[in-house]
Amino acid sequence: MIWRKLALLLAALELAGCGYNTFQSQDETITAAWAEVLNQYQRRADLIPNLVETVRGFARQEQEVLIGVTEARARVGSIQAGPELIDDPQAFQQFQAAQGELSSALSRLLVVVERYPELKSDANFRDLQAQLEGTENRITVARNRYIESVRDYNVTVRSFPSNLTAMLFGYDTKPSFTVENETELARPPPVDFTPDAE
Amino acid sequence: MPSSSAATRLLLTAAVGGIWFASATLYAQQPIPPLTGRVADLTGTLAATERESLEQKLTAFEARKGAQIAVLMVPTTAPEAIEQYALRVAESWQIGRGEIDDGVVLLVAKDDRRLRIEVGYGLEGAIPDASARRIIDERIVPRFYVEDYAGGIAAGLDALIALIDGEPLPPPAGASGTESAWGALPVVLLIALFVAPIVRGIFGTLFGSLAVGAGAGVVAWALSGGLVAALLIGGMVFVFALAGIFGRPGRWASGGVPWGGSMRGGFGGGFRGGGGRFGGGGASGGW
Repeated sequence: MIWRKLALLLAALELAGCGYNTFQSQDETITAAWAEVLNQYQRRADLIPNLVETVRGFARQEQEVLIGVTEARARVGSIQAGPELIDDPQAFQQFQAAQGELSSALSRLLVVVERYPELKSDANFRDLQAQLEGTENRITVARNRYIESVRDYNVTVRSFPSNLTAMLFGYDTKPSFTVENETELARPPPVDFTPDAE
Repeated sequence: MPSSSAATRLLLTAAVGGIWFASATLYAQQPIPPLTGRVADLTGTLAATERESLEQKLTAFEARKGAQIAVLMVPTTAPEAIEQYALRVAESWQIGRGEIDDGVVLLVAKDDRRLRIEVGYGLEGAIPDASARRIIDERIVPRFYVEDYAGGIAAGLDALIALIDGEPLPPPAGASGTESAWGALPVVLLIALFVAPIVRGIFGTLFGSLAVGAGAGVVAWALSGGLVAALLIGGMVFVFALAGIFGRPGRWASGGVPWGGSMRGGFGGGFRGGGGRFGGGGASGGW
């Protein structure tokens, strides 16, 4: 009886020593960070219909740019974005690419807006613009926090002795946002984009 | 072959290390000043009286509402954008109460002619990005244009305070009596020190201790009005009475007080963030 308890205790200690618990807590951190990323992307997508309508009211002739934004948003919406995305590097890439396209389409829209002083001074548009900027900033923050949490996790997966635990339980490194995108993120929010930036 | 590959590796390591070091110095970020007060001006723009009056405004607001606001003026945030620097400052200072996350940081980068209102998670509803943007554009920037920095900051703070006042937040610790209840602790303990041995003698160890604990709780509550802290104090006295600590003054004296130190700062000289978190909410602007 006592031996069995001791063996159990030993096994538990060993697992703890091999980073099993670290995996669990870091995995949870990643899940939470990823949920926040999705949350903020969703928030951006929710802003777009209103934004497009407002811009259309003042700049009807800019059909091409407006349709670009609407279509990019539709593509983003067509991707099933859930917690399982971070375990599928390929789907992750697709998701990232679609969100990147939406970012570009939005910055094109905001460049066009510069030509319409009336639109720029419209109170409704200014509020929407502030919300969009704020959301883009939150996306940046959420992405950076996700990148950090994935980095911690991936270090655990690769370093000894926790890599043995990772092998045993089949934990693999998780995908993160690429450097290419990170430089894009380092730029100020889209309203400050100059026409040559994109 | 093995030695040459080892040499190559060494060279590579050195090169990578060199690049890393170079990039680390190249991209040196602006340091975050230590949190010394609610209003920090690294540009020397605000007069002492102006800084003092802003500080008082914020101190009074925190005492009344509980939410924390901090102001920081720096010359520049380069090479970072103001958004990145503002978030680092907010994360490092942890303005706002923990769990409630009701902190706001107003950052002014004077030479960049940029400013930002960084809003904690708990106030994103009270101060939506659009409102923060309006405060910047309508209240602060017009005054900054004519170099009235103190006036712009004061006007911005008034607007922020008005918005936060409209938000139902948990009352500040002082108002609920928690802090003043802890202030009653020495008095209660002193009384318990004398009363406990007598009461225990009359009612026995367990019931005597219970009675002393309950009495201490009631006294603490009557003195301060903070129920939670009073209950905690009562429980504490009960445990000590049960352990017989009050019966032996010698041991009590040498044992010292196990919970010394001030409770949360926030009043007077020391100002600390309460553990508030930020997620990049707020707005930026320029003049």
